[in-house]
Amino acid sequence: MLTRLGPPAAILLLSGPILAGLAGTMLPAFGYLPALGGEAFSLDPLRQLAAVPGIAGSALLSLQAGLASAALSLGVVMLFVAAWAGTSAFSRVQHLISPLLSVPHAAAAFGFAFLIAPSGLVARFLSPELTGWERPPDLLIVNDPMGFSLIAGLVAKEIPFLLLVTLAALPQVPLARTRQLAASLGYGRIAGFLYCLWPLIYRQIRLPVFAVIAFASSVVDVAVILGPSTPPTLAVRLVGWMNDPELSMRFLASAGALLQLGVSAAAILAWLVVERIGAGMLRVFCEEGRRFSRDAALRWLSFALMLASALSVFAGLGALAIWSVAGLWQFPDALPRSVSLKTWIATAPRVVEPLATTLAAGLISTVLALVLALLCLMREDETGRRGRRAAALIYLPLIVPQAAFLFGLHLLFLLGGVGASLWALVFVHLVFVLPYVFLSLSDPWRAFDRRYEAIAAGLGRSRAETLWRVRLPMLARPVLTACAVGFAVSVGLYLPTVLIGAGRLTTITTEAVALASGGNRRVIGVYAFLQMLLPLAGFAVATLVPALLFRRFRAMRV
Amino acid sequence: MDHQGLRLDGVTIALGPRALIAISHTVAPGEVLTIMGPSGSGKSTLLAYVGGFLDKAFTASGRVLAGELDLTALPPQERHVGILFQDPLLFPHMSVAGNLLFAIPQAVQGRAARESLAESALAGVDLAGLGARDPDTLSGGQKARVALARVLVSAPRALLLDEPFSKLDADLRHQMRELVFAKARASGLPVILVTHDEADAAAAGGTIVRIGA
Repeated sequence: MLTRLGPPAAILLLSGPILAGLAGTMLPAFGYLPALGGEAFSLDPLRQLAAVPGIAGSALLSLQAGLASAALSLGVVMLFVAAWAGTSAFSRVQHLISPLLSVPHAAAAFGFAFLIAPSGLVARFLSPELTGWERPPDLLIVNDPMGFSLIAGLVAKEIPFLLLVTLAALPQVPLARTRQLAASLGYGRIAGFLYCLWPLIYRQIRLPVFAVIAFASSVVDVAVILGPSTPPTLAVRLVGWMNDPELSMRFLASAGALLQLGVSAAAILAWLVVERIGAGMLRVFCEEGRRFSRDAALRWLSFALMLASALSVFAGLGALAIWSVAGLWQFPDALPRSVSLKTWIATAPRVVEPLATTLAAGLISTVLALVLALLCLMREDETGRRGRRAAALIYLPLIVPQAAFLFGLHLLFLLGGVGASLWALVFVHLVFVLPYVFLSLSDPWRAFDRRYEAIAAGLGRSRAETLWRVRLPMLARPVLTACAVGFAVSVGLYLPTVLIGAGRLTTITTEAVALASGGNRRVIGVYAFLQMLLPLAGFAVATLVPALLFRRFRAMRV
Repeated sequence: MDHQGLRLDGVTIALGPRALIAISHTVAPGEVLTIMGPSGSGKSTLLAYVGGFLDKAFTASGRVLAGELDLTALPPQERHVGILFQDPLLFPHMSVAGNLLFAIPQAVQGRAARESLAESALAGVDLAGLGARDPDTLSGGQKARVALARVLVSAPRALLLDEPFSKLDADLRHQMRELVFAKARASGLPVILVTHDEADAAAAGGTIVRIGA
């Protein structure tokens, strides 16, 4: 009976806040917000927005970040999979990269900044021997005005995501046979894969690619850390206006959020053109029978890029860890002269409260998301129908730019007298956690051999008993992994937390990003390290608990 | 347990416009009704209908009675019809004994009583003393016998066999056939067997119904 409630509840949760939030953004953008004196519709907020200096530049930066990071990360993943899928090197790199998915964006961005900054780890290792620098050079590498470091940071973080969704689609194509066939016709590995298999795979990863574009074109935390500051990207400026104590700025912020929606939509529309061109080129090459049989250089390039992206994140995380315990660390010393826990000890008292909030919001929203996802999947079993249209809804919170609906939602919360409470925070986190928990759990859930349930029923066991004693224990590993994914998503959420928490509820992530402008690398190191540690702990639990519970049972091992 | 026969009363199953099965038949205690047909003929849907887990895509009508009890009016878990598939499907997260304890009816109370029942059920299929084992460490034949012991110990009203011998190699297949039919006869269980193997049907020795020819 309860399962009946699952799908409607999930649909309501996924679409309700987004639709209400969009409305809450739209109305003030056109001047209507009686609570703040906007009694009539007008175009004033939009005119005001158009008059903001550098607004077009900010919008273009966002557009460029969205398109460029999606194109680059998809390009690397596509070439790498085309060149290497099915080899042992492929599975090794895959295992290296998968854990990076759980690293929060802000932590990865900080790590990347610590790596590439003029006084960063790379410069320190090369100096002074190779560069001759005795002091950090006066270069604007991080926060460069063109947004290159922002794009690079986003690419390094989106590659693991796109690789993972591609891996999920890969088993559905006949890889080995197609490779043999294409090779026997004289095609190079990359060309053969792209002609025969990529179109099938791309069809399946299209929504995740859109999600990457929408995310990258509207991201706040990464843009604060790595993006340009004169002017910053659109989303960063929006948050500034939203947090302005002058309440009339809300009209401008809403107009800006509307522009953000337009920018992300424009980026996706532009991508549709890119898709057409790419598909057309592929078809022409294919029909001309171009073999591209000597593709070794490109194969190794794709390998190198993939490895470099992974290593840059790992090295960045290493840099964070070192900075958090660094004593005196002068340029160009490669490593600190001394190591101490001073920063950790000094920071600890301030960390407790944000840490508690992070854990509470993460754990509660994950458990709620798990229950909802399970109810939906169980309902699917009962009806025997996969709600295809409902499935597209899952991607809604990932494709609508966060800024566009969170502003409106925040405003509605304020007007409705819902203050910055833990429950409001959990509610907003749930909107983002549920899709990931559902997506991560649905494949293993559907792959379960339902004859086990038939057997249990034949043995006289009720559906509830069968669920608790057979299906859930047998699926313990994927269920816990889905929880770890959900928890990691919650820990990494920046904009929803900043807006709904309204400065009164802070998490490790919001605290870390708030430190970005201050530039105290040791303290940033502590926060960003914690930020990366929390999801990791989640995945460790998800691995160790089933391993311990079922250590006696061979078939329960991976 | 004192078994009564299993009566299929005007059972029809269809997939859309295509009629798959139409059968009325009574299986006496200890007897085997064999349904034969090529793969894709829908012969397994009859077992799913009797067991109560027929896919929603099929339309079915007719009653299945155990004695006077209308099973079709009951949810699957209250029908108490045991089923054996071609895979043993032992629960991989429970020990061999755990699998049996899961199957023993709740009416058998007390840990010691349940454990001794499990142990004697294992002995009944020549697997005495293997209760503590991880099912994944057993041989294919041993697994099949545990699956048989598991379904018998649940005190079912009837036994459904869904090509249960097809994945065993020739020697084992012969042994398992003998064992399963002997056990069913000894417990007076009405059995419905679905197979495409003539030798299964011959060994079962009961009525044979051919469908989808």
